[in-house]
Amino acid sequence: MISFLLRRILSSIPVALSVIAICFLLVRLAPGSPFSSERALDPATQAMLETKYGLSGSLPNQLFHYASNLLHGDLGDSLKFRGRSVNEIIGQSLPRSLLLGSIAFTLALAFGIPLGAWSAARQGKPSGTFLNGLALLTLSIPTFILAPVTVLLFSFYIRLCPPAGWGSPSQLILPALCLSLPFVGVCARLTRSGLLEVLGADFIRTARAKGVTEPNLVFLHALRPAILPLVAYAGPLAASILTGSLLIEETFAIPGIGQFFVSGVINRDVFLVSGVVLVYCLLLLFFNLVADWLTALLDPRISLSS
Amino acid sequence: MKPRPLHFCLAALALLTLAAICGPYFSPYSVDQISQTRLASPDASHWLGTDLHGRDLLTRLLFGARISLLVGLVGATISLFVGVTYGLISGYLGGRIDNAMMRFVDILYALPRIVLVIVLISLFDLKLKHLLDGTFLAPLASHARLLLLFVGLGLVEWLTLARIVRAQVLSIKERAFVLSARLIGQNTPTILFRQILPQVLPIVLTYLTLALPAVILEESFLSFLGLGVQAPLASWGTLLADGAALLNPIQTPWWLIVFPSVVLAFTLLLLNFLGDQLRKLQK
Repeated sequence: MISFLLRRILSSIPVALSVIAICFLLVRLAPGSPFSSERALDPATQAMLETKYGLSGSLPNQLFHYASNLLHGDLGDSLKFRGRSVNEIIGQSLPRSLLLGSIAFTLALAFGIPLGAWSAARQGKPSGTFLNGLALLTLSIPTFILAPVTVLLFSFYIRLCPPAGWGSPSQLILPALCLSLPFVGVCARLTRSGLLEVLGADFIRTARAKGVTEPNLVFLHALRPAILPLVAYAGPLAASILTGSLLIEETFAIPGIGQFFVSGVINRDVFLVSGVVLVYCLLLLFFNLVADWLTALLDPRISLSS
Repeated sequence: MKPRPLHFCLAALALLTLAAICGPYFSPYSVDQISQTRLASPDASHWLGTDLHGRDLLTRLLFGARISLLVGLVGATISLFVGVTYGLISGYLGGRIDNAMMRFVDILYALPRIVLVIVLISLFDLKLKHLLDGTFLAPLASHARLLLLFVGLGLVEWLTLARIVRAQVLSIKERAFVLSARLIGQNTPTILFRQILPQVLPIVLTYLTLALPAVILEESFLSFLGLGVQAPLASWGTLLADGAALLNPIQTPWWLIVFPSVVLAFTLLLLNFLGDQLRKLQK
């Protein structure tokens, strides 16, 4: 177990480092300067600013400067939000995104797994086809459609929830629903295909022959092995819910990490973008690690040592 | 042949493509024709209403369909070529090269795709414009950004396919017919493309139906954020963004949100369903 963790963490380091290096270089190579917006700065001022932020000299030098700061836990200063460090921005915005993301993730699992299990149990009947179609429908409607449509419906026509903002729990309802709905479909379909495969297995036939009732059969016997593909997928899922929140944050005016990321990309705010990408990358690696560990926990045939 | 859901789905997609290609010619309005009838709700003269500048929404939707479908098709095809070639080479060569190539895929997986696409677009936009200006392709120069969007989306979508193809090749290359091909002296490219490629094609084609909606989705996503297709061109994503920008509590032009949403969601649903049915057939 410990050697598994160590090995995975060690192998993650080069991935994270390369991601940071590529990201930094890409943003620096992109045309446009982070310092000039409408009018061009005079070269002397520009050079002074670049020196101040450690962005002068050759690209490898800049990268080296950035990397050595990173090793001290310093993500640099934002170039657009003057006077704020990237550490501070991420420290404030990441918890909001994480809260929104974890609510959406819970909703996706809470609705997706029963929906998938139900449609698998009704396989071949019209209701099963309908439920499967429902799952396909939810996964075909992207979040950026859901967001304006739900605001129109539930904020303006029926005044249930506020259309935007951050602070009260009622402002969380719409964004969390919009963020989770496509993933409800994904979870349902993974659960369904997993269950269908397991329900055909010998041990299920044996259990049925011993007189186990149908709900017990599905939920006690079949669900645990059937959920393995879903668990393996949950790592990337959690990461894509987090990156998907980027658009939700834009539409619902939530000051989360995604909003800062978009503005960072547009403004060529190199430290902000690299910092957020580093956070995304670490989260992805972490979620994958947890998913692999859970898979091994649920399926005794998989060993972590190989 | 008995009509099946698959046939209905294909027919609907064909109809949609036909509407995108021919539709604009039948419209009495041109795509960026501005008029005084601003924000008119759907009626007999403007079937789906008009937008903030009095442009006909139906015409713009049909035009948008061209761009959205084209982006999907070109992007998915590019991702197909890159992914298949990469996966074939990585899987067949094996060993250290395979290891290095797959680590590279892992790294790209961990990078947010939109960064790659945005940087690619803004990095090469002007360069490509100048490059095209001197050649017979000059008429394309004004669409340099769109071309880059095609390529960019294709270039970020290939990762999953490369992994799938590689996994297939790993098992196929151990089979007897590959050994025989090697024994009669065929060289590596021939073995890869003549012997192994036909074996992975069915999976690849099914994957195409997954990549198509993914690319369309990504384009709309970027356009919705204002980073993809730029005015005066329209795609479903920009139309939806225009509608969403007019959201307000007093009077919202609902048709500007509802119609683009329905068209986009319906297309994605059709494509996802098609992929579903094809996978079922494969089993």
